[in-house]
Amino acid sequence: MMGPLIVFFACAVLAVAGAILLILAREPIHSALSLILVMVALAILYLLLGAEFISAVQIIVYAGAVMVLFVFVIMLLNFGVEERTDFSKLAKYVGVPLGFFLLIEVARWLYESRIGSVVASGAGTVTVAASTRDLSAELFRQYLFNFEATSILILVAILGALVLARKSQ
Amino acid sequence: MIIPVSYYLVLSGILFGLGVVAFIFKRNVIAVFMSIELMLNAVNLAFVAFSRAHQQLDGMVFVFFVIVVAAAEAAVGLAIVIMMAQNRESLNVERVNLLKL
Amino acid sequence: MGFISQHSVLVASVIKIAVLLFIVMTALAYLTWFERKVVARIQSRWGPYYVGAHGLLQPLADGLKFLFKEDFTPPASDKLVYFLAPFLALTLALTAIALIPFGPPTVHFLNGQQVFLVSNIDIGLIFLFAITSMGVYGVALAGWSSNSKYPLLGGLRSSAQMISYEVSLTISVVGVLLLAGTLNFNGIIEGQSGYWLGFFPRWHFVPQIVGFACYLTAAIAETNRVPFDLPEAETELVAGFHTEYSSFKFAMFFMAEYANMITVSCLATILFFGGWLSPFPASWHWQLYLPGAGLVALGIYCAIDSATRMRGIARLQLGVVAVLALGLGALCLMPWAAPYVQGPFWFTLKVLVFLFFYVWVRGTLPRFRYDQLMSFGWKLLLPVSLANLVITALVLVFPAFTRHA
Repeated sequence: MMGPLIVFFACAVLAVAGAILLILAREPIHSALSLILVMVALAILYLLLGAEFISAVQIIVYAGAVMVLFVFVIMLLNFGVEERTDFSKLAKYVGVPLGFFLLIEVARWLYESRIGSVVASGAGTVTVAASTRDLSAELFRQYLFNFEATSILILVAILGALVLARKSQ
Repeated sequence: MIIPVSYYLVLSGILFGLGVVAFIFKRNVIAVFMSIELMLNAVNLAFVAFSRAHQQLDGMVFVFFVIVVAAAEAAVGLAIVIMMAQNRESLNVERVNLLKL
Repeated sequence: MGFISQHSVLVASVIKIAVLLFIVMTALAYLTWFERKVVARIQSRWGPYYVGAHGLLQPLADGLKFLFKEDFTPPASDKLVYFLAPFLALTLALTAIALIPFGPPTVHFLNGQQVFLVSNIDIGLIFLFAITSMGVYGVALAGWSSNSKYPLLGGLRSSAQMISYEVSLTISVVGVLLLAGTLNFNGIIEGQSGYWLGFFPRWHFVPQIVGFACYLTAAIAETNRVPFDLPEAETELVAGFHTEYSSFKFAMFFMAEYANMITVSCLATILFFGGWLSPFPASWHWQLYLPGAGLVALGIYCAIDSATRMRGIARLQLGVVAVLALGLGALCLMPWAAPYVQGPFWFTLKVLVFLFFYVWVRGTLPRFRYDQLMSFGWKLLLPVSLANLVITALVLVFPAFTRHA
């Protein structure tokens, strides 16, 4: 079956295109939209990996809440297009090629590594074990302390946002 | 079924790299923030792929924590952005070169 | 023959999607008619009356009008986003309906696929929330891309409002999830079968009455309806986020709003009112004849009406409606058809009650002020739904505690 492969490459192309658009776009809203594109493509990839719940959470939290906040703030401030500044010559002529070289090297290493050749079993295979029930059991038994810690983190974040957003006297 | 983990890892690496590039090149604070989110997303993809490869759920649980941290970060970060916009009347990161106004 | 048998799942899905799309589009059109008629009755008016008998062809006339109006794009707008926004709104609103089961899973195609449900996902409810949570973008982007003052304000209001009320909406539903123990829609519905005292249905709205109230309020706010329709408050913002939209793009926003109304009503029916379950015990056999009898009664009413009060072409139209209703009713009365019609009949009836409630609220309540809206959502609705969740969890866990002690 070629189906999963086609879906994978379609989503991969969408994700990479979204990431490139994020860089190229000068209007912040366009950047936000392209990031949403990346997130939706990744959610489909999670589905392909058989992680239904993660996929849904990705859409609800990232695309449905965090990015809405971004769009909201961009609309609220409405500062218009981004200023272009000339970054340093060294970065332009040395940094970018070096970065690409590093990327290709890391990609090659990942591709040839031992873990890389393992087949990512996902939707349709026998071991679709990532059911929501198993995931919640893991989360609320083994990782209970971490879970509580993140809830404290969220509380601190709420307080921080409140203090920052409060009208200064 | 026939997709090896390496494909996901390479995609994750590419997305992370693009996130770094965006982080360095973007001048708008909000866009810089978004590039951080892009990097976190790339890492999440690698986590889920590893989790499937090892047939263990720990990777997916970690993705939850990453998402929670990203949401908390967005809340505080955007509050800071709004403060900055009110105080400097610009969103350009290069204008934010003083610790105090 | 090879293709059909190999891809029977695909073929069945495509057929289901096409039929569902047709039904939903028709329902959207006639929902506008229904709303105008009911609001007119509340305000002692006639409502649409001239196009067709009882204004029954009014939706068709409106659709044609939208199609043939000039499609004007403001020159200063952000073209791409301006085009994207209505498509996004309508697509997401329609996609959500694919997850709704309209009838029992026991009715199959030949290949074993369910007839009344397009996609049976294990965590259907979460997916529905995922899709509807993206719905904000349609409104917010429309407001921003128009590059105009009032749409921007409308878009800002809507994104703030929809984020705020989404929290309460989700939390109010969790109580039901605790009772049901599953995220699958059919599982949630089947968990509500059975009766108290032998006749009172075991639906979740009895133990979750507070959650239901929170859900209904938050749902009205999520769909931007009166009294929470601040994003399009015409007395303050001209027409809110779709001020700059005309012709068919405006119609798409309109359809998205009504599709969202239908989705939210379906969800209320599934979560709190037992979905396609009948309110009467299975031993009451006369309920099998209710759908057919209702249709026949409608047909007779239309026939009498057309014979006595209608003139000219309207008489003919109503006559056609009467014949159709009588024919369908007779078909439903056939003994072999009754089990298939039962599920969808009760589901549609319950959804219609909710839609009527929506329209009723619109005809009755004044609009909130913006600060009232925000403080209501955060200071009243959220604490109440959180308390409901905590109490539900405690009640469910308490027997386990006493057993271990």
